[in-house]
Amino acid sequence: MRLYVDSAKCSGCRACLVACSLNLFNESNPKKAALNLIGHFPAPGVYEMKVCTQCGNCAAVCPTECIKLNERGAYYVDFAECTLCEACVAECPEDVMYVRVELADAAWKCDLCGDCVQVCGTGALWIAD
Amino acid sequence: MNGYGGSILRVNLTDNKLTKEPTPPELARDFIGGRGFGIYHLLREVPRGADPLGPENKLIISSGPLSGMLSAGGGKCDWTTKSPLTNGYASASMGGHFTAEMKYAGIDTIILEGISPTPVYLLIDDNKLQLLDASFLWGKGAIDAEVALKNKHGEEFQIAAIGPGGENLVPYACVNHDFGRQAGRGGVGTVMGQKKLKAIVIRGTKSVPVADAQAYRKAGIDLYRACIEAEGHDEWTRYGTTIVTSWCDEVGALPTRNFSAGSFEDGKNIYGPVMRKEIVITDKGCFGCPCPCGKYSRSRRYGTYVEGPEYETIGLMGSNLGIGDIEAVAEANRLADDLGLDSISAGNTIAWAMECYEKGMLTQEDTDGLDLRFGNIEAAFAAIKKIAYREGKLGQLLAQGVKRAAEQIGKGSDKFAIHVKGMEQSAYATHNATAMLLAYMTCDVGAHHNRSWAITYDLQVGRDKVVPEKVARIIWLQNFRPMFDVLGSCRLQWVELGIDRDLYVPLLEAVTGIHRTWEDLEAVGDRIWNLTRMYWVRENPGFGRSWDLPSPRFYEEAPKTGATAGQITNYEDVQCLLDMYYEQRGWDDNGIPTPQTLQKLNIAVQTH
Repeated sequence: MRLYVDSAKCSGCRACLVACSLNLFNESNPKKAALNLIGHFPAPGVYEMKVCTQCGNCAAVCPTECIKLNERGAYYVDFAECTLCEACVAECPEDVMYVRVELADAAWKCDLCGDCVQVCGTGALWIAD
Repeated sequence: MNGYGGSILRVNLTDNKLTKEPTPPELARDFIGGRGFGIYHLLREVPRGADPLGPENKLIISSGPLSGMLSAGGGKCDWTTKSPLTNGYASASMGGHFTAEMKYAGIDTIILEGISPTPVYLLIDDNKLQLLDASFLWGKGAIDAEVALKNKHGEEFQIAAIGPGGENLVPYACVNHDFGRQAGRGGVGTVMGQKKLKAIVIRGTKSVPVADAQAYRKAGIDLYRACIEAEGHDEWTRYGTTIVTSWCDEVGALPTRNFSAGSFEDGKNIYGPVMRKEIVITDKGCFGCPCPCGKYSRSRRYGTYVEGPEYETIGLMGSNLGIGDIEAVAEANRLADDLGLDSISAGNTIAWAMECYEKGMLTQEDTDGLDLRFGNIEAAFAAIKKIAYREGKLGQLLAQGVKRAAEQIGKGSDKFAIHVKGMEQSAYATHNATAMLLAYMTCDVGAHHNRSWAITYDLQVGRDKVVPEKVARIIWLQNFRPMFDVLGSCRLQWVELGIDRDLYVPLLEAVTGIHRTWEDLEAVGDRIWNLTRMYWVRENPGFGRSWDLPSPRFYEEAPKTGATAGQITNYEDVQCLLDMYYEQRGWDDNGIPTPQTLQKLNIAVQTH
């Protein structure tokens, strides 16, 4: 299972980002979310949303093996073991592996909680195999 | 403080002094946020009789406890000032993503004071606060300015900018944000222009504290699911506010040729489905919105992009100008946005000029050679540009707003200047629609629809009825609907999707830790409504009943065509509406809140 996105349906509202931060960190903060929204305005007037495909590249390069599989079969970061080395960030093909030391003491990524899908009003996000 | 950024940012543009102070807990308790904060600061800090374009006036930007949160449509902030258009209370609601950045930068309210000696922009990057030189931006369109600032500071920053209309002090200049959202009405962009503040650039990366994170998550998701699963969600989201265009045309509420009628013979060419098919390229949502009304459009003919047009602009710059061409309306919308003009006031004022021209009250000498007939698209575009730059005789005339322009021209043109209190009426023709007429007459900023949108209610209960129940409905809407502007969350989820408003109660409690029912919130709304009324009283000697009258067009002159042909509200009924309204509000015969009413609401305002 993984998260999918159809960027053509995304309206750029960022509800998914708030829901994501709330589930990942128990905090309200869209800057601490694991989806990557880029707006291209005024032209050509489209949103581009990138999400984690659970490819596992991050886990493969993690020197401390702190990126592990959860019960949903998704890779997640064990915050306590992360050393902020950023090796995973460079390997992520979708730019959704995050290290921002000013915001959190560990790297973060999508753990497939599904809350973003719950709040997406345009059907741009869904979970499937 | 749970649910709040926690601070007020004061920016003194005269002295280049930026200071922060904590948001007082008692202010949050009594006024909650948004336009509650706005009127509080306006009444306390802007001295009585201040020149709206003088250094004493302030521009107050406030978020609310649901702004930026997991609240369906939590993208709203309020811009309050003393209006250069009306000399009264101005409060413009802006969607988009600006307010979320305020909250996450730890700021509830930005208070802009004084006047900068040179053009500047304000940079807020969490705790980093700076006024920076904006000479490279001055003169640029609002859209170009936003592009330049995004390129300079980065995609994560949100921008609010004025265009040439604000720089040139057109009294109905707006503030633009996110390539198509505005703080539109009452001249908030004018005040920003007078302060020589071209733009605000903001990013916030801090978490907003909440009282109970798990309850917040649950209540937030419940609210989103209710919106997404609502029966009307998909159709509303497909068309946004343009969903009402065809209905308004059918019932005679679509302003046509300067509100001389409410149905437009070319209306079908500007309906929502035509727009969706011809020009819309994507839905564009404000922060956290599960049913985005924003439609982003591309015009092949003009080679341009614009967010919109919304229903209001379709009404005022389409049918009201006799233009039945959605692509032309979109281009007029883009011009107004980029030049920084409120498209409602601009469209309304140009329609008045077109009527003057067709009646011979304005000649080509007055219009700088423009053939300013209804339906002339190029003349409409030219008029918009002239207004923004105050260019030529026409630009100078129309850049005053419709009330002052009619006073200048005379010749009885004030009879068809469609405004209340000097604010141009928005896009509901109110011939024989007494609830909506009363809503415009008594709206606290002038003839604006968003406080009390009652046109559908007129149709439900009988549009000509003048009964206490109708008046009570208007008062309830005026107390209730603006509370969304206090909370910082959009009202359209309730209005258009019909979701249960009680879904907001546990959400607000989880965020702030304070339990408030809608009855509690409406009591705050009632208090704010009376405070804004007292602001008008304080600022305008002689303020009273006559200020609440609508344009004579709605009681002297029945439309000749369309669904409301031959229908009129007589003057006695207009006065009767006011009698009942004042009585139910606890105001005297002149429309002034009585001492008993003020005492009951715990309001003390010095008016003498």
